[in-house]
Amino acid sequence: LAEFLFWPALLAYGEAAVAYFGEARQPGRAGWAATWGVRIGWLVQTALLGVQAARSDGFPWSTWGGSLNLFVWLVVGAYLIWGCRPRYRLLGLAVLPLAVVLFALARIGGGTGTEGQSHYSNLFLVLHVGLVLAAFAGFTLAAGLSALYLWQERRLKRHERSILRVRAPALAKLDDVAARTIAFALPALTFGIAVGIVRLEDRGGGYDALMAVTVLTWAVYAGYLALRHFAGWRGRRAAYLVLAGFALVVVVRLALPVTHFAA
Amino acid sequence: MSVVLVGISHHQAPVELRERAALDPERARELARRLAGERGEAVCLSTCNRTELYLAEDSPDEAERKAEAALLALEEELGPSLYRLRDEAAALHLFRVAAGLDSMVPGEGEILGQVRGAHHLGATGPILDRLFRDALHAGKKARTETAIGESPASVSSAAAALAEQVFGELGGRSVLVVGAGEAGELAIKSLAARGAVIAFVANRTPERAQELTRRYGGTPLSLDRVAGNLEHVDVVLSSTSSPDWMLSRAEVERTLHARRGRPLFLIDLAVPRDLDPAIHELDGCYLYDIDDLEAVVAETLAGRRREAERAESIVDAEAERFREWQASLDVVPAIASLRARAEEIRTAELDRAKLSGAERRAAESVTAAVLNKLLHLPTIRMKQAAAAADGVIYADAVRHLFGLEDER
Repeated sequence: LAEFLFWPALLAYGEAAVAYFGEARQPGRAGWAATWGVRIGWLVQTALLGVQAARSDGFPWSTWGGSLNLFVWLVVGAYLIWGCRPRYRLLGLAVLPLAVVLFALARIGGGTGTEGQSHYSNLFLVLHVGLVLAAFAGFTLAAGLSALYLWQERRLKRHERSILRVRAPALAKLDDVAARTIAFALPALTFGIAVGIVRLEDRGGGYDALMAVTVLTWAVYAGYLALRHFAGWRGRRAAYLVLAGFALVVVVRLALPVTHFAA
Repeated sequence: MSVVLVGISHHQAPVELRERAALDPERARELARRLAGERGEAVCLSTCNRTELYLAEDSPDEAERKAEAALLALEEELGPSLYRLRDEAAALHLFRVAAGLDSMVPGEGEILGQVRGAHHLGATGPILDRLFRDALHAGKKARTETAIGESPASVSSAAAALAEQVFGELGGRSVLVVGAGEAGELAIKSLAARGAVIAFVANRTPERAQELTRRYGGTPLSLDRVAGNLEHVDVVLSSTSSPDWMLSRAEVERTLHARRGRPLFLIDLAVPRDLDPAIHELDGCYLYDIDDLEAVVAETLAGRRREAERAESIVDAEAERFREWQASLDVVPAIASLRARAEEIRTAELDRAKLSGAERRAAESVTAAVLNKLLHLPTIRMKQAAAAADGVIYADAVRHLFGLEDER
């Protein structure tokens, strides 16, 4: 059943990703098709996660592939909060192609089946993996918002004629929503890291490169919020900082987990 | 009953003629009543671009003659500019008008309210009431299913729309106005209509600045205090006739630290320009001059014209639905007569049978079901034939076959 659910979800996300490109060229029906593609894909993936949870003995997303699967679900779920609004549809251009690639990687990594098991306790995994992934989903969304900010800002700076034909959210709104998303995501990452450290102190074990990069990621986003609050960092500089933080999220998600999960 | 339209519009008549044929609401109501008379229907649609009389009467020639006479009574020279349309063509024209497809600026929003107003003031019956309700529906549908009415069509509204691209909703955003000319006032109106607050008005002559602050709010300023108040505002709107910069890059740059990253949107409507173009290079500053705004408007108007093609197909479909409904009216009396005759026969036969109460109820139920099933297909076929323009032939055939001629 999990196999049966994976393909429709991937197909719906793929359809949405393609439709978002159509929406960017000519707003209208393509945006509607994209929104429904995301909704249907997310519902089917929810069913897939439900099947995995029901069939697995333990926390089913503790593997690298499994965590990627859960991560995609969280990212798309977070996107759905804003993405269905017509002005924010273009955010899908940044989020959906990424979701398609990561979802496919999750399958290649064996994260969409029902055979995975873990030797860690369920509570620890729910708190540690769940919170860290939720935070990363928030950072991914914030990166999408910042990318959209930079694109919209560039159009205003270049006096693009089409700026009122293909409308994006207002700069101030994008800046504000990205900051608020990070303000929600950072505490989740803080608790997720804290749970991991407590367990490490309790059960023993060494620190690895993933942990160092995760802490560095935390520092970048904490710095972002501090600079915003105390030094009035907004606009282009702030957007670049969010994207720099996201580059670390990508490193954590894709490059290093092999060692962390192997441990 | 036929629908007849006689009117003038901006396509054929210059403004000097149109203004003489314009009707205020009271005169439009009075003329509609007079044209409708005892048995007819009439609506007068009068806007700055058109004066059109819609009549529904049994005799279209007579209706056309009356409408022409009414318009020529307003202005004798209208004759060569008048256009006359009937039935399907008149309906399609009204639907296009309501959708803004016949306007100077495609998709302009005001016309829909004007059509609604004309409908309320008109002397309507079943035909024109349906026609105007369908036209309003078509107009709304064209606007919701296409982007024909979304983009700004003037420099002042484009400036306000661009400010929204920076700040989102303009409610509470403060504006510094430099120069109190006519072009600037239009932009002030557009910004204020979107909720922006006029904080300061700076002008060479203090009297004019005070006049504007009385109308739109804010504090009058002298021109030398413009730079000093930049940190308190979100939008700068400049339209003076000064040959020098009113704001230089250095003056704006000095305020950036105090602004703490808040964006600044600057609109320069003046020729020669008031604002140093190098301001646009500063982080968080967005400067649009008159050429930039006109380029945006040209693009949005081109977009409206592209959307107009999609709106035309929506309007065509709605006009076709009205035509089918109007055609079905030809067969409705024949269908009603046929059903009445059948019902009369059924009731008479049941009375003759002298049945008990229970038997009568059972027979009522059975015979009514038989009658409905028998007449269902002919009714549908007659309505279909009416939509295909054969309705009158079918209606006559039914009257002849069932002896309904006397009930015509």
